[in-house]
Amino acid sequence: MDKIVIEHLNLQYSDGTESLRDINLSIPAHAVSVLFGPAGGGKSSLLRCLNRLNDLTEVKVASGRILLDGENILDPKTDVIALRRRVGMVFARPVVLPMSMRQNLTYALELAGEKRRSRLEEAVERGLKLAALWDEVKDRLDEPAIALSGGQQQRLCLARVLAQQPEVILLDEPTSGLDPISTAKVEAALQELKKEYTLVLVPHSVQQAARTADFAAFFLQGELVEWAPGKEIFTHPQQQRTEDYVEGRFG
Amino acid sequence: MTVKRSRMDRTLMQRLGFALMSLVAMLTIIPILAVIVYIVSKGAPAISWEFLSGFPHDGMRAGGILPAIVGTLYLTLGTAVFSVPLGIAAAIYLSEYARENWLTRAIRIAIINLAGIPSVVYGLFGLGLFVLFLKFGTSILAASLTLSIMTLPVIISASEEALRAVPQSFRTVSIALGGTRWQTIRRIVLPQALPGILTGVILGLERAAGETAPILFTGAAFFLPQLPHSPLDATMALPYHLFVISTQVPEMPIQIQYGTALVLLAFVLLMNVTATVIRSRARARRQW
Repeated sequence: MDKIVIEHLNLQYSDGTESLRDINLSIPAHAVSVLFGPAGGGKSSLLRCLNRLNDLTEVKVASGRILLDGENILDPKTDVIALRRRVGMVFARPVVLPMSMRQNLTYALELAGEKRRSRLEEAVERGLKLAALWDEVKDRLDEPAIALSGGQQQRLCLARVLAQQPEVILLDEPTSGLDPISTAKVEAALQELKKEYTLVLVPHSVQQAARTADFAAFFLQGELVEWAPGKEIFTHPQQQRTEDYVEGRFG
Repeated sequence: MTVKRSRMDRTLMQRLGFALMSLVAMLTIIPILAVIVYIVSKGAPAISWEFLSGFPHDGMRAGGILPAIVGTLYLTLGTAVFSVPLGIAAAIYLSEYARENWLTRAIRIAIINLAGIPSVVYGLFGLGLFVLFLKFGTSILAASLTLSIMTLPVIISASEEALRAVPQSFRTVSIALGGTRWQTIRRIVLPQALPGILTGVILGLERAAGETAPILFTGAAFFLPQLPHSPLDATMALPYHLFVISTQVPEMPIQIQYGTALVLLAFVLLMNVTATVIRSRARARRQW
């Protein structure tokens, strides 16, 4: 079942330079879909369309549709606040908010108006367990989140997104600043999470793409070159350009 | 050999230069220390409970300065009531909502120029607008409003700077988590910027507390036998009182003049120290 369907998406920066050209892509539910390719290919721009975070920057969508469960989220009438509750995002650098770990986790729910203590407690525990952080921090939840290590902070950011119970989770190079052990923990968490969520990952390397992808899309200079199940694209790519990139002939 | 010598010359020059600069830097401490030591040594003998809590009598040549102290407190509070909410609101608009365009540029230029206007001009402006045109009379209200206009640029600039110092990534994350702009400001940006804002507010108010010219025509009284009862009453105030007893009253005992100066100085320094303490504490606690 396709959770997100992208149709003829064109994206431009405000200065007129093109970022994405006629993208057509169907992202299935309950799988890890990977958007990979060299820098400047438009992966992050596409990711930021999916929760309309591009609204904040000097990017404008020129044309096309993005359907989330059949509804066009690029429609100006879309409630972007509600959209961002359904589509959570983890950023490249862990940004913990300047408050305690617990407050970081309950932040989104409190913004949404949730006041019931039991619900908030539940969300904290659930998020931390899914992000494989619970055992490390359960006794010190009221300490400042900044006291955590980099790897723990990034898992806290993942837990924070999970605590708001989204349907889709966007991950923009979530392990780019992490050591291999922390990276392995995050990747393992993703494999668990895909059972419940739709995951869209921009990996920080081709190797990570190959390790994690159920489906993978290869982006080159704003163009979607190839979209295939992960097993195929990394072993038998159909396009020469994909093969050259996957095998490291350019990058 | 020649290379070596020129290098020695350069290090010597550098040492001399740094020595000179540190000397000049240290020299800047001297005037402030001199002022404090001079005022304290001359004014301290005048300080007593009667001086702080009594009314002036014998044509202000004896007694206390309570009405001037209370008046300065009222004026400072009155200034805060108007300038703090307005200043912070303007800073939030400039830092969080406004796009860079000709309007915001015009606002910024206006703020800079507002800060450069001589204080006596504010006084005259306050006389025209608040005292006469709006018919507030010579009053705490009119003087506070005049001081507020003078203080606003300081509060706006300091607050905007404090707001901008909060990392952009906090805002992005808050928005991505489903926060509205206002929720983001209210829950993340403002609390993080608050110490910086408070510091700016206190420094602005401190300047207002010590000003004479803006209140001269708008609210300051030469002498009042009682404390003001309402914001529409005129009031005595420390800086103006100091001016009066230093220049307008013949045969004024000198220690009362220095005692009054000491109280004003202490009032302003206390605010300054408070601002410094808030800033250094916040810096130690800051999580970014």
